[in-house]
Amino acid sequence: MATDGLHENQTLASLKSEAESLKGKLEEERAKLHDVELHQVAERVEALGQFVMKTRRTLKGHGNKVLCMDWCKDKRRIVSSSQDGKVIVWDSFTTNKEHAVTMPCTWVMACAYAPSGCAIACGGLDNKCSVYPLTFDKNENMAAKKKSVAMHTNYLSACSFTNSDMQILTASGDGTCALWDVESGQLLQSFHGHGADVLCLDLAPSETGNTFVSGGCDKKAMVWDMRSGQCVQAFETHESDINSVRYYPSGDAFASGSDDATCRLYDLRADREVAIYSKESIIFGASSVDFSLSGRLLFAGYNDYTINVWDVLKGSRVSILFGHENRVSTLRVSPDGTAFCSGSWDHTLRVWA
Amino acid sequence: ITCETSGSSSVTAMKKVVQQLRLEAGLNRVKVSQAAADLKQFCLQNAQHDPLQTGVSSSTNPFRPQKVCSFL
Repeated sequence: MATDGLHENQTLASLKSEAESLKGKLEEERAKLHDVELHQVAERVEALGQFVMKTRRTLKGHGNKVLCMDWCKDKRRIVSSSQDGKVIVWDSFTTNKEHAVTMPCTWVMACAYAPSGCAIACGGLDNKCSVYPLTFDKNENMAAKKKSVAMHTNYLSACSFTNSDMQILTASGDGTCALWDVESGQLLQSFHGHGADVLCLDLAPSETGNTFVSGGCDKKAMVWDMRSGQCVQAFETHESDINSVRYYPSGDAFASGSDDATCRLYDLRADREVAIYSKESIIFGASSVDFSLSGRLLFAGYNDYTINVWDVLKGSRVSILFGHENRVSTLRVSPDGTAFCSGSWDHTLRVWA
Repeated sequence: ITCETSGSSSVTAMKKVVQQLRLEAGLNRVKVSQAAADLKQFCLQNAQHDPLQTGVSSSTNPFRPQKVCSFL
């Protein structure tokens, strides 16, 4: 990386003082543009009506805590992974299990469906991300076709295919994110900057270009350029680990859920936090967040076993959903927005609509 | 846990920090009022296409009918 403008003999002290002054300038610039709050702009927006959202399906079959889940683009299949090492593919309409594979490790913290619907990726304490093709041959041993793609030096916390089955983005307890070629297992780009474990990531909607956001134990959310490996924006307003990040559907903002019991909204063009979703009565961490299709609703799963539904514009909670009997660990809205699925330490997944 | 690559001197690390901050300082930002208006606009424009917001009736939401007969 070129170090133009930085003299080789510049001392540590002068660098530190430049860093402090740049941080101060950043804060000043961000503050200048902070002319109004989001909820003020949304004052005249019609309030949301009463919500009737119930569990419509319960997926039972995992023998231990459900840690992660993802929807297939067909809007009905779901892949989920568990502490007991099992990864299951479900038909959420019928609740039937279509595929199951046992990983060689426990705590499979990450799983993802390939865009084609023909493969899944997963990993966890094995420090790897592996891809399994899905076939309908009953005699086929799924584990036999396993392909190891990513190798980290600590646990895999999150994974996502990019726009095709050919590339996977991973996040790890080793503090980095990485982009891999599935076919060759080659590392295409690595992303360094988090000061601690990276816990989550989300790819920008394809229209907005090649960026993704990650969140970590360093309380930071970072936005990355996938081609250059550069961090383009960073946000540090949470008071504890960021467990989940999700882009707003337009790609201009993203939400985060944290162990500090709040969810927050960061606008990328204003380059700052623009909303906090919190209540004095909510004292347990938010583990996972996702938006409804229009971006108006934010669904957040918490360690107190509940799911809170927030009005993104007004900042108020519109509903609280009970049902899980232990922490909610993962939550995703379906691709067509008709439902969302939550996974829990109570060993089940629930589909809500 | 630190994730710095090789080149472990404090000066090298600080140079990276300063470079990163310079990059971030140079960003073009919009006012929150503008950004917020755009977020609001997006929500309102897409409201009727948001099944979880509008509450989809049983006939169109595949999850709402409790019993699903599917012949696979």
